Amino acid sequence: MAGVTLRQVRKSFGSTEVVHGVDVAIADGEFCVLVGPSGCGKSTLLRMIAGLENISAGEIRIGDRIVNQVHPKERDIAMVFQNYALYPHMTVAANMGFSLALRGETKALIAARVRTAAEILGLAPYLERYPRQLSGGQRQRVAMGRAIVRNPQVFLFDEPLSNLDAKLRVAMRTEIKELHQRLKTTTVYVTHDQIEAMTMADKIVVMHDGLVEQIGAPLELYDRPANRFVAGFIGSPAMNFLPARVNGGCISLSSGVDISLPIKAKLEANREVILGIRPEHLEIAADGFAAEVVVIEPTGSETQLFARVGGQEIVAVFRERHEFAPGQHVRLRPRADCAHFFDPSSGQRI
Amino acid sequence: MTGEHGRWRRLRTNRDWLGFWFMLPAAAFLLLFLVYPLGLGIWLSFTDARIGSPGNWIGLENYEWIIGDAKFQTAVFFTLLYTLVASAFKFAIGLYLALLLNQAMPFKAIIRAVVLIPFIVPTVLSAIAFWWIFDPQFSVISWSLKKLGWIQGNINFLGDAWNARWSVIFANVWRGVPFIAISLLAGLQTLPPSLYEAATLDGATRWQMFRYVTYPLLTPIIAVVMTFSVLFTFTDFQLIKVLTNGGPAGSTELMATMSYNTAILGSRIGEGSAVSTAMVPFLLAAIMFSWFGLQRRKWQHGESND
Repeated sequence: MAGVTLRQVRKSFGSTEVVHGVDVAIADGEFCVLVGPSGCGKSTLLRMIAGLENISAGEIRIGDRIVNQVHPKERDIAMVFQNYALYPHMTVAANMGFSLALRGETKALIAARVRTAAEILGLAPYLERYPRQLSGGQRQRVAMGRAIVRNPQVFLFDEPLSNLDAKLRVAMRTEIKELHQRLKTTTVYVTHDQIEAMTMADKIVVMHDGLVEQIGAPLELYDRPANRFVAGFIGSPAMNFLPARVNGGCISLSSGVDISLPIKAKLEANREVILGIRPEHLEIAADGFAAEVVVIEPTGSETQLFARVGGQEIVAVFRERHEFAPGQHVRLRPRADCAHFFDPSSGQRI
Repeated sequence: MTGEHGRWRRLRTNRDWLGFWFMLPAAAFLLLFLVYPLGLGIWLSFTDARIGSPGNWIGLENYEWIIGDAKFQTAVFFTLLYTLVASAFKFAIGLYLALLLNQAMPFKAIIRAVVLIPFIVPTVLSAIAFWWIFDPQFSVISWSLKKLGWIQGNINFLGDAWNARWSVIFANVWRGVPFIAISLLAGLQTLPPSLYEAATLDGATRWQMFRYVTYPLLTPIIAVVMTFSVLFTFTDFQLIKVLTNGGPAGSTELMATMSYNTAILGSRIGEGSAVSTAMVPFLLAAIMFSWFGLQRRKWQHGESND
């Protein structure tokens, strides 16, 4: 097994640069998720690691070896594609054993490796079927089986769950994580779904417009987002952003509402800031600021409240049950230790 | 009176009868232009009809006669040779061209259009062009080879039996390749690129990708295209009619041209009909082969759960 190191990696298609100098270090055995909105360059980056796209500038290492000029099949990686890319004319067993057969391994060894992988994935009864005779989740498992059979140094996943229905996606998420805990193979996983990133990753790389916005453990990104983009991207429902000004002992929203919050030393008086509060960090309190209820969405386990504060809409989520009515006035208070401040022009965390 | 009226109303409005009425125009078309001529041809092959005389039933006499006829035997032999050799070459060249055209390359659209030219030129026109190319005195091929110093005299393309046979096969291949190339290209373009990426990561060389991914996935389309190609080649008429008219000495006579020459030019309609009816078993055999031998593969069947 081996880690993956990206140093100042760039990618241009013609004159358009889509990845602008990315540095990421993925340790041996780590589960790293590249996450970002579509078009952020995450899939391109993965395909560069795989060798399906060449590298315009910079350097990619797998283990100790610089692989920029190494052919994909020599890189000792395996990839799971979004649409699975199973060979429709081969049985499950043949699909999984294809790479070994090309390498000229003996039939007995191929059969043994395929059987082991199939047992890990619960595919043993389906080995003689064709991909068309399988369900989406089973095809997904075959695609993973094809990767496992090769016993590579690195697994690459390109949005592997986006073609599955919501329920199966959650189940496969757990299954992939479990598989990783069992095999401990370095994994690079691309997704646009921040929940997938949060639940599966050891390390998350948040990308936006071809740049890395932040790298860190899931909870680190949640607790201390480096900038407004990461703050808004991680967490659901998304963080509320309120333009405000530091005003003595409290924060004044641009709409005129005052919120009492402990002011950190870094926040000099009268400074313009963006106040960021996660919906789950708002609570009902008598000394909170006034808000007018707009819409209430109960989901059973929690209740989402859309409210208006001086002309701006904010979202709050409560685990406990409240009786709200549209038009009603409530008082909300942010939990003191959970407020984030961002610079209005740069968007960086203060 | 009212009962009659009611029945007519039912015939007009009943769903089953309505379906029948809708099918009627198409059925009439098929009967008039396909079933009737075919049936008439088979009927005539059992008579001694000539132009100007309706003929009498003579049973299998025409067939007995043509089977023993050396001209007919040559025509059957050359029709089979023509079909097999031309189809094999058309398949090989067509597949190669399709693979080539499927690559990213400059001026792709123009090159694809150029490939279609042999197909869009009327057969008679291209046959006339080949007639000049194969001319005993003015042949551009003979001229070029002489300039290169490879041969001394002109090649007698259409005057020698085997030269003529290879020449018409060449012309047929030239004309038939675009159909196969473009059809297979359309098939190639339906193959998802991610399969090739997966195969690249699995370590397949370009040849292995073709052998284990492209070719097996293309077989259903190859089966359909080649069935059509074999049928078209077997029933070819125009090219031979214009280029050699079956000559020299009947060596390039196909069953189709022989049938025409016997029935219309030789005015022996019964005998000519027997020749063309004799093509039917061969065509049926080709269709059966493609139906049973090349029918849908197991992997194409979906969704079954056993």
